[in-house]
Amino acid sequence: MKDLKPKYLKLSGLEPLVVTPETNFINVGERTNVAGSKKFLRLIKEERFEEALDVARDQVEGGAQIIDINMDDGLIDGKEAMVKFLNLIIAEPDISRVPIMIDSSKWEIIEAGLQVVQGKCVVNSISLKEGEAEFIHHAKLIKRYGAAVIVMAFDEVGQADNYQRRIEIAKRSYDVLVEKVNFAPEDIIFDLNIFPVATGMDEHKLNAIDFIEATAWVKENLPHCSVSGGVSNVSFSFRGNNPVREAMHSVFLYHAIQAGMNMGIVNPTMLEVYDDIPKDLLERVEDVMLNRRDDATERLLDFAETVIGKAKENKVDLSWREEPIQNRITRALVKGIDQYIVEDIEAARQSVDKPIEVIEGHLMTGMNVVGDLFGSGKMFLPQVVKSARVMKKAVAYLLPYIEEEKLRNPQEGDSKNAGKILMATVKGDVHDIGKNIVGVVLACNNYEIVDLGVMVPPEKIIQAAKEHNVDVIGLSGLITPSLDEMVFLAKEMERQNFSVPLLIGGATTSKAHTAVKIDPQYKNAVVYVNDASRAVTVVGDLLKKETGEKYKETIKLDYEEFRKQFLKRTKHKEYLSIEAARKNKYKIDWKTSEIVKPNQLGIQIIEDYDLNKLREFIDWTPFFRSWELHGKYPDILTDEIVGTQATDLFAEAKEMLTKLIDEKLLTAKAVFGLFKANTINDDDIVLETPNGEHTFRTLRQQLKKYAGKPNFSLSDFVAPIETGIEDYMGCFCVSTGFGAEEIAEQYRKDLDDYNSIMVKALADRLAEAFAECLHKEIRTTHWGYASNEALDNEALIKEEYKGIRPAPGYPACPDHLEKPTIWDILKVKETIGVELTDSLAMWPAASVSGYYFGNPEARYFGVGKIKEDQVADFATRKNIELEVALKWLAPNIADD
Amino acid sequence: MKKIQDILKERILVLDGAMGTMLQRYKFTEEDFRGKRFADWEHPLQGNNDLLSLTQPEAIAEVHRKYFAAGADIVETNTFSGTTIAMADYFMEDLVYELNYESARIAKQVADEFTAKEPHKPRFVAGSIGPTNKTASMSPDVNDPGFRGVTFDELRIAYKQQTEALLDGGVDILLVETIFDTLNAKAALFAIEEVKEERNIDVPIMVSGTITDASGRTLSGQTAEAFLISISHISILSVGFNCALGANQLVPHLEVLAAKTDFGVSAHPNAGLPNAFGEYDETAEQMAEQIKEYVEKSLVNIVGGCCGTTPEHISAIANMVKDYKPRNISLETA
Repeated sequence: MKDLKPKYLKLSGLEPLVVTPETNFINVGERTNVAGSKKFLRLIKEERFEEALDVARDQVEGGAQIIDINMDDGLIDGKEAMVKFLNLIIAEPDISRVPIMIDSSKWEIIEAGLQVVQGKCVVNSISLKEGEAEFIHHAKLIKRYGAAVIVMAFDEVGQADNYQRRIEIAKRSYDVLVEKVNFAPEDIIFDLNIFPVATGMDEHKLNAIDFIEATAWVKENLPHCSVSGGVSNVSFSFRGNNPVREAMHSVFLYHAIQAGMNMGIVNPTMLEVYDDIPKDLLERVEDVMLNRRDDATERLLDFAETVIGKAKENKVDLSWREEPIQNRITRALVKGIDQYIVEDIEAARQSVDKPIEVIEGHLMTGMNVVGDLFGSGKMFLPQVVKSARVMKKAVAYLLPYIEEEKLRNPQEGDSKNAGKILMATVKGDVHDIGKNIVGVVLACNNYEIVDLGVMVPPEKIIQAAKEHNVDVIGLSGLITPSLDEMVFLAKEMERQNFSVPLLIGGATTSKAHTAVKIDPQYKNAVVYVNDASRAVTVVGDLLKKETGEKYKETIKLDYEEFRKQFLKRTKHKEYLSIEAARKNKYKIDWKTSEIVKPNQLGIQIIEDYDLNKLREFIDWTPFFRSWELHGKYPDILTDEIVGTQATDLFAEAKEMLTKLIDEKLLTAKAVFGLFKANTINDDDIVLETPNGEHTFRTLRQQLKKYAGKPNFSLSDFVAPIETGIEDYMGCFCVSTGFGAEEIAEQYRKDLDDYNSIMVKALADRLAEAFAECLHKEIRTTHWGYASNEALDNEALIKEEYKGIRPAPGYPACPDHLEKPTIWDILKVKETIGVELTDSLAMWPAASVSGYYFGNPEARYFGVGKIKEDQVADFATRKNIELEVALKWLAPNIADD
Repeated sequence: MKKIQDILKERILVLDGAMGTMLQRYKFTEEDFRGKRFADWEHPLQGNNDLLSLTQPEAIAEVHRKYFAAGADIVETNTFSGTTIAMADYFMEDLVYELNYESARIAKQVADEFTAKEPHKPRFVAGSIGPTNKTASMSPDVNDPGFRGVTFDELRIAYKQQTEALLDGGVDILLVETIFDTLNAKAALFAIEEVKEERNIDVPIMVSGTITDASGRTLSGQTAEAFLISISHISILSVGFNCALGANQLVPHLEVLAAKTDFGVSAHPNAGLPNAFGEYDETAEQMAEQIKEYVEKSLVNIVGGCCGTTPEHISAIANMVKDYKPRNISLETA
């Protein structure tokens, strides 16, 4: 042999499969074969592809390393079925992670299959049956498509049924492939025909041993190739007697694998462990396989009648309950099982001197495991929150004992916490899901959390921080005005000579804002923390006795550097003056623009909308994101890494949703109106409403655009008054938050943060769903400009509808100051009870408000940064002090 | 001229940087894109960078010249979207042959200028074969996962036409790049093999995939090793990754390739990750410093730049790699 370096068969699905001597035996799943599975044939015939996919998925989950797919049946269009099924499989990452074996006796089906699979497949099969020319032609194409191939031991004369024929055909096929086609030898897999033994016919006696010996010859003489086969054939004559068949399969494989067979089709449930085969049965089966005695078949038949099939039983595994106490507590924490926790904690308490030791010992040991698993990405946020639930229950059970102990030994100190952390959502802001999650996760890591809740004024934060002598202050906020509150608080901490680190988090915060606006205000450490897992490491690093100071210095320098870079880079942006930007506005051709008069002008109120109708409008992707599970719904449910967690979380979310809806725990209210409207002076929109004339002031993009790209403002989508055209716009507020706070609080009191967070996250989703649902009704009914629209939820999430519903505080209209205008027009507070806080956040939090624009050319955009000339102009138009405008628009004002 | 397979064993070759980033500097208007020839074209043409090979050939030649002057051994033709499939956006399917032919000719002319001046450092042209704007193994319709927007055969035919035109225009290498769907790349490789067989020629092929994000996978879901296995069925000059990630983020994936393939390994990363404004702002020095890790670990044979890189980046990279030995390879010189 000229090449002694081993070459391995390498296949791929989404993931690689490299067949080396160490991989031992590659198991090919064959349930997705219409010729071999009646069930699968039926599913394909009836076009029940979803269920057919489940068959494939079950195989992969059951351990198949390759899946064989065969659609050869007289009653189905094999080519179409193959392509369709493969295309569906490719869309399922949990199936398509393994390589595919395209199995057909028809070349056109094989080729169609090869054209739709990106990974390196195996073709099953080709042979010399139709002569060398066709064999070469197919092999060449298979090579060009990038697949490996199974070569059947078959030639022009027929199928190889003895040792000599097997090796002759294998040798000839191999030589043609390697020499004439330049086929990679490691990509050749021989199927040397497994035939039944113990049939009672003499000519079948050698079937197993011939296969095994031919395998040994092929592996010895035809370098780098593999040998495969369908194992169940060998025991065909013992159908109905599974114990014997299982033993036969094991024995056959034991010897064939030793000879070099490295791949094949085996039903793993039809396989006994070789060493577990009873000695007497083993001896008789080996006699048959290896043809060791003339009466081997009769002896096995006799014995077979005495073997009784035994069912393999299944039961819930509770064996962990037998383990030592620490293991039980750790497991309960890791798995989030609270069923036995009180019992176990009581046992632990009796085993120690002081009850506090259970917290510091057993529970912390368990939580450290949770922390490590979370830190290394092996556990996900919802699981950790469940662990916290178990932890809280355990601690609650211990508290009375600890109090009692304190009375007995008052000199003993409190439990040793890793540190005390104050958490608060800043003044004017009501959003706390993220803050609560961070709090729970930090608590799991043995930090004591002082949670001041939402809308906390700065003086209260300062006071509580002093009172509790906290080690870290964490601020959270979701709406843009909260950014300024954070800056203010940093200044205040500096003025009062604080030295504790300040953590910044929440949806609108960013490292850029933290570094540029907050960090310079405070001499001590300010850290932007964007998720719960980072919060743990950051706080840990900050409070570490030996290295904490060093870390703070590093952070400080890092933010300074970041700030410099950021400011340097933002300088070369070019902006237009507001006049120039207006000249470059988006110009709708009002002569031809399609303007539809709303069916119902005026204001309407919905007191109690059926929550059930909102279910289908829920966009689940952000829900998962709020639990720090990242990925798009529904793909996230099958995601390789977070899929299981996402599926569990989703099931529990749906359960909670059903509870919230069925028990009417939440109320959905809305008020909306559609009005005559026209744009005046480019950027203002005047509305004629039952509550008088009102004006919306919009903001316009000022960043210099490439030629041909306009500087958008929302006012561009409403006809200017001078056109003389009567145009329209609307506004709305919806809320599903009524009741949410109370239920969440109840769960919190019951030490169930998991469900507390769940309720709020779901209320948020329902509010968004309500906004989406109402927008649809607006488009199709109340306004009616898209009465024949047919879009599903996926299309709605992608915003494929006509017309837009931008919300104040979001990119198209980042100023919150227009919210009070909506409140004035619709009398939101008076009609449905949604209020605005000091920072113009909505309360209850699960609320959405915004505008409706119906013009087909209306689109979403981001205003981006604006210049001070527009701010001044805005202040004049709105008749407010420049200072007020500067304060509210601060996050949007360009720096230079 | 020395064969590229031989040069590749001696030193690390440098590929050029971004064409698009350089063309942006010209601030071409719709009129510039159209030129005289397409003044009356019925559809907007601004943004059709490939078309500039016909309407602004001097600019294209100038960009190539700058990259060669910066030290690049190989420049890519301005043909990233040069297939009937990608050109359908501009209704320019019929111009595909000419676009590829002219782009190849322009690049080859500039390469020859440099080779004549510096015969010790021959310059090469790689015909850029982009992914098209369709995917053969993913559905564009989330509600119909079994649907496909393009078939293998449609891709194969389009790629074949592009390949023929690039070869006619004089390219030395074919570069199947920015592969986000391996099935598209397999169609391109299939087409190239057909052309090679029909013309009875051999031409070096570079294959470069794209790891989309931190998941470490291609857009179509394959891991780096699965991708490598899926395209290793024909003899290629190099396999590598480009685009989407910065030099740092590519390291673990290049390590996989370097450990698992006998072909050359290439990398042309972006100038870092885009910042909040979608711009690439990693400097030439920063990028060269990161690429130092590739050569210190002996991971690559060919390096260059993708989005956001400029002649300054390529110059910094070329200066840095010249002191290092290439990764060991055993290429067949067929």
